[in-house]
Amino acid sequence: MDYLYYLREDKMPHIWCDGCGHGIILKSILRVIDKLGWEKDDIAMVSGIGCSSRTPGYVDFNTLHTTHGRAIAFATGLKIVKPNLHVIIVSGDGDATAIGGNHFIHAARRNIDLTVIIYNNYIYGMTGGQASPTTPVGKKASTAPYGNPDAPFDISRLAQAAGAAYVARSTVYHVGKTDRYIEQAFLKKGFSVVEVMTPCPTSYGRRNKEGNGVEMMMFQKKNSVGVERAQKMSEEELQGKIITGVFVDKEQNNYLQRYEEVIDKAKQINQ
Amino acid sequence: MAFRYEVRLSGSGGQGLILVGKVLAEAAAIYDGLNATQSQSYGPEARGGASRSEVIISDGDIDYPKAENIDIMLALTQEACDKYVVDLKEDGILLIDSQMVTNIPKGNYKVVALPIIQSAVERLGKFLVSNIIALGIITKLSGVVSEDSVKHAIRARVPKGTEEINIKAFYTGIELAGNWLEKHGSL
Amino acid sequence: MEKKTNPNVRMWQGNVACAEGAIAAGCRFFAGYPITPSSEIAEVLALRFPVIGGNFIQMEDEIAAMGAIIGGSLGGAKTMTATSGPGFSLKQENIGFAVMAEVPCVIVNVQRGGPSTGLPTHAAQSDVMQARWGTHGDHPIIVLCPSSVRETYDLTIRAFSLAEKYRMPVILLSDEIIGHLTEKIEIPDPSTIEIIDRKKPTDTPENYLPYKMDDSDIPAMANFGEGYRYHVTGLAHDETGFPTNDPKKIRAQMLRLNRKIQRFRDDIVEVETFNTDDMDVLVISFGSTARSAKRAVINAREKDVKAGLLRLKTIWPFPDKEIEALYKPVRKIVVAEMNLGQIAHEIEWATRREKPVVRVNKIDGEPITPNEIFEAIIS
Ligand SMILES: Cc1ncc(C[n+]2csc(CCOP(=O)(O)OP(=O)(O)O)c2C)c(N)n1
Ligand code: SF4
Ligand SMILES: [Mg+2]
Repeated sequence: MDYLYYLREDKMPHIWCDGCGHGIILKSILRVIDKLGWEKDDIAMVSGIGCSSRTPGYVDFNTLHTTHGRAIAFATGLKIVKPNLHVIIVSGDGDATAIGGNHFIHAARRNIDLTVIIYNNYIYGMTGGQASPTTPVGKKASTAPYGNPDAPFDISRLAQAAGAAYVARSTVYHVGKTDRYIEQAFLKKGFSVVEVMTPCPTSYGRRNKEGNGVEMMMFQKKNSVGVERAQKMSEEELQGKIITGVFVDKEQNNYLQRYEEVIDKAKQINQ
Repeated sequence: MAFRYEVRLSGSGGQGLILVGKVLAEAAAIYDGLNATQSQSYGPEARGGASRSEVIISDGDIDYPKAENIDIMLALTQEACDKYVVDLKEDGILLIDSQMVTNIPKGNYKVVALPIIQSAVERLGKFLVSNIIALGIITKLSGVVSEDSVKHAIRARVPKGTEEINIKAFYTGIELAGNWLEKHGSL
Repeated sequence: MEKKTNPNVRMWQGNVACAEGAIAAGCRFFAGYPITPSSEIAEVLALRFPVIGGNFIQMEDEIAAMGAIIGGSLGGAKTMTATSGPGFSLKQENIGFAVMAEVPCVIVNVQRGGPSTGLPTHAAQSDVMQARWGTHGDHPIIVLCPSSVRETYDLTIRAFSLAEKYRMPVILLSDEIIGHLTEKIEIPDPSTIEIIDRKKPTDTPENYLPYKMDDSDIPAMANFGEGYRYHVTGLAHDETGFPTNDPKKIRAQMLRLNRKIQRFRDDIVEVETFNTDDMDVLVISFGSTARSAKRAVINAREKDVKAGLLRLKTIWPFPDKEIEALYKPVRKIVVAEMNLGQIAHEIEWATRREKPVVRVNKIDGEPITPNEIFEAIIS
């Protein structure tokens, strides 16, 4: 396929560091769009603020780079007004689950037909490596110089508990899986979440002595466990592992379908 | 000069005084072609405690929409009477429920004490229509809106199916006021 | 037997008139979060929109509501949110986004007492400065203040027109008294209402510049999903909409952003005068307090004191020219507002403190009475 067809070539070079995993996720997204044959005009990509949230600037769609944490809120308004647009949100772990956590769980509850792709690098990359809601306990961040005292979120389980229709997790090492999950998420008529684990060598890897981008990806390869296998493992055995796979895939009425029912009822009552 | 007539309806939250205010204002503005405003005090007060609703009626523009020189004030509870009587003008009408308000505040008012709530319970079997009885009394005593207009406004406002009992309550109020006027002479 | 009435005459609350005005203006998307004393606006639209092809959504907070109306506007709808004090504070960051990205939308703030939770059910006019400077950065803003139920209807429509015309958020700054006041209103014939829609691009998608610098100072706006693929960001950007660090380009865009209001301020600023021809005391007020001020002026005239009223319908951009034209002959200026002098301060500045400015202020939730203003006029 021709990636350049989807990219804004004149916006290159991008801002991402050597070894950053964000670009790998972008390629997955573009491959799926190409496979599905979606028209560029019919796609809107919405983001918040962060390294991950810079993605929309590089792609030739209707692109909206909003305020920190609020992409889902903006996307909700856009989707309601233009229901035929494919609205894709790209977000970071901080953007989606710290400042934007409220919007994230409520969009899941509402089951509005949006796809959120979360680039989870355990850190605030853009602002220089401060702790995020997914930084594991004890790991170092610029605001956790002695090790992080905070417990992390499991983003996929959070999305599942909040009612999302589709939830899956992959890593940038496992591109095949990432592509598959993103495709399933795009096709889901409801709130879908794909969490992709991605290395941030600059702001996380270096401080925690986890090496460069390639070494961090090798860590992903060694330490990923599929959901089925994980179910047979003890808590102890799962320590430090990344559980990948599809956590939720269910059919349920989405927000716009339920609003259609509201319209029918309102018209009956008011005719 | 344009006339300005101020009404304050006071009692406790849940007595339906906001509805009375709205009906009175609509009777004046929509059916009698006058000008009217209606406002109310909100707050924790709306859930019990003293509450009030105000209506200003005029044949000209209504600039200041709050009552400050009240022509007629209704008090359905002692607490509301004590709290809100301050703005009643000299010679204004103080309409009280004769059972609920026993301690009549001193002042240069014309006091009209009538068994509003008792009449609702005994004559109509419904405590809830006390407010509309009061509306009937106010209509008769004030003469500021026509009976016919208030009747129309009631029909348009009250829940479907309750029109007849509310109209009955309204005329009960007219009658109570009529009897009072006969006995005490005009105001 | 039916009684003959004018079907266009209603008794509406200010908040109902706001919702109905929005519908008349063509608003078809509302996102909100409940807060007293603004909730009736959301409630009316929740009831009305499904029947007339609009969309209502209750979001998880005011930040989300503000974001959603920006997203909806980019999709091509006329959009609105409504809130009060604490919620208005929460919206500020995204209001700044709408200013920067030049996205039309309407924000209603039915003012209540503050700061913080303050007085949820009592009026104030203390968000005058927050409406102007609530979001960070140098930015233009348009703020309209209704004094009656009918004017709430009219100014809501006007808020949409100005938002669309100048590609920016417009704030309707109402207050609890007007929002909750039920008053007679004659709904105007729709054919007499001026509705303005955003300027659509005439360039081809290849040549489209979403932030084009041209003589109009107001770039054409394409809706998302209609063939113009462009980028919208809150970062400083150039004509293409993409972020830039080039000081020359940033300066040009920022100056244009502010210029579009300075240049068209005569079209935006509206005031009303009453008895100002021969006055020697000028009373200035806005919103609900202007009603007390008008009564005070009438009462003063009856006592042979030559008072006149200037009522501000637009408060930002500030009506300095209109004040300039009036204040020279007067002895003093009385400014009545339910705050501690936010507009008075601006008036002192506009009149270079050449005249004594007497402030009539109240911040306890109670309205300023006509008599309090009258006393200030005759003192
Ligand atoms: C309201 C607000 N608070 C803080 C910031 C500063 N900020 C920018 S990006 C960011 C964190 C981004 O982290 P994440 O979402 O994980 O994205 P990443 O850079 O790691 O891809 C922060 C705190 C901001 N832009 N806005
Ligand atoms: S700081 Fe981290 S997340 Fe940001 S571009 Fe660099 S590697 Fe990627
Ligand atoms: Mg991150």
